[in-house]
Amino acid sequence: MTAQFLYGGAGLILFVLGLWSFLVHAPLLRKLIALNIMGGGVFHVLIAVAYRGDGVPPDPVPHALVLTGIVVAVSATALALVLGARMQDEDDDRI
Amino acid sequence: MQSDLLTDPLVLCIALPLLGAVLTTAVPRRAVLLGILMALATCASAITLAVLVWQYGSLRVLLGGWDPELAIGLRADGLAAALVLMANVVGLGISVYASGYYRDRERLGAFWPLWMLLWAALNGLFLAGDLFNLYVMLELIGITAAALGALTGSRDAIAANLRYLLVGLLGSISYLLGVALLYTAHGTLDLALVAEAIAASEALFAVDATALVLMVSGLALKAALFPLHFWLPPAHANAPAPVSAALSALVVKAAFYVILRLWLDLFAPVTGLAAAMFLGMLGAAAVIWGSWRALRAERLKLMAAYSTVAQIGYLFLFLPLLAATPPGPPRDNLLAALVLMAVTHGFAKSGFFLAVGLVQTNAGHDRIDDLGGTAQRLPATTFAIALAGSALIGLPPSGSFIGKWLLMQGAIESGQWWWVIVVTAGSLLAAAYVFRVLSRAFGLEPTPLRFITDARTEVPALLLALVSVAVLGLASGPLWTLLGLQAGGGA
Repeated sequence: MTAQFLYGGAGLILFVLGLWSFLVHAPLLRKLIALNIMGGGVFHVLIAVAYRGDGVPPDPVPHALVLTGIVVAVSATALALVLGARMQDEDDDRI
Repeated sequence: MQSDLLTDPLVLCIALPLLGAVLTTAVPRRAVLLGILMALATCASAITLAVLVWQYGSLRVLLGGWDPELAIGLRADGLAAALVLMANVVGLGISVYASGYYRDRERLGAFWPLWMLLWAALNGLFLAGDLFNLYVMLELIGITAAALGALTGSRDAIAANLRYLLVGLLGSISYLLGVALLYTAHGTLDLALVAEAIAASEALFAVDATALVLMVSGLALKAALFPLHFWLPPAHANAPAPVSAALSALVVKAAFYVILRLWLDLFAPVTGLAAAMFLGMLGAAAVIWGSWRALRAERLKLMAAYSTVAQIGYLFLFLPLLAATPPGPPRDNLLAALVLMAVTHGFAKSGFFLAVGLVQTNAGHDRIDDLGGTAQRLPATTFAIALAGSALIGLPPSGSFIGKWLLMQGAIESGQWWWVIVVTAGSLLAAAYVFRVLSRAFGLEPTPLRFITDARTEVPALLLALVSVAVLGLASGPLWTLLGLQAGGGA
């Protein structure tokens, strides 16, 4: 039970840290990393929720959510990176 | 069971545009034809869906034959059906318009798959039956919408849509944390089951309230509720015309739809009058600020984008009134008026953006001050702008006239008279910004020898604007029946 709380609490702390970093830092890469850390925090919470005690198999639903969430986060990050790279290219051309 | 599933309009509404996305990716040379065919088929299944909801009240389907605990459930009630119908008719209009708008093969090849995917995600969102499905659809909408908006390829468009993408991601992660909290507390994701669990467990009020705050603030960011609207005007104003129409008319509405669902169905025991009042105040600020900035905008598309900020504000004004009105015909009228406002704005704003796109293509710019002679060169398009504009102001007989009328009636009946001032001020400002455009467009320039006419792009804009004024205004009665509400002297 303590481990579950530690894990879930760490997830919430990660979420807040990521949010802070997202709001404070301007560069795209830092914002993206911050978003992924926030996402990681939520996944932490979901995995902690899935724990149902020793010897009992964990709840599969939150695990499925985490898997889907990771796929979504990867694709969104990829799109943001492509858009960022395109902007960088245009800026380089201008100079 | 399986054969039923394949022909179920609930499934078709999502599967057909998805299939369209695959087909237009696979055969880019036939993208226009395939896209239009799939758009027609999707629209037909949405109409079937609305007819079925009209007959049976609500529909439900569990995919893959799993238990309700595990299966992905789709459902449609009156609210979902009304929005699906609006989104799909507008979607068809946008598709027809896009087939004439894009001359550039490369852009066209990228437009159709993304647009069909966005369409599938919108329908999926309106018909989703569980919290996590809503999250996936929100993310899909955010990703495809940002990619579509960046299609013009200009630096401004890419920068605006990158910001839109990041803001959208922030909103959905906040929503997802709310979902995680709700699952921790209640052990289910199904909307109906979570609603029952929230109503039954008052001890978990703190968790539910935290989840509510996280989810609603994340979604308010996506719905561009003042002061979280900062990303909307540049993103919507820099996108290609058909994309602007989809973003302003449909995508923003989708986030609002989820807020409404959560607020009314899920968190009814948790939301108090104070919270509703807070959102109402933000809505009021959005109405005034958005209309004011629309009046001051120098470009037509920027004006339309700020007008969207204001129109979203009106929708939030309904929340404190709904909270203060006990169940009964007056509350039903408010609910129907809310849906009517949202649907009317969907038609009016899409028609407006499509028409503005034509003005921009023909004049080469969309500066409001230099629009002289537009009425002479593009008579049908100018008429579409005027029609859509009158729906944005809320002139009779548009649907938003009835919506605003019922809104003010509800405000006076529940003693919250101050909203009437907001609505009046917003409508006056809207009248000012619409007439500012029209006064420039109807200049005294001589009539040219040839009008510019292009049926494929002009007709959708005109029809969408016409629906917002004539159909929704003069025949809004059926909406009450579709929503399963009692008509208490309204409309």
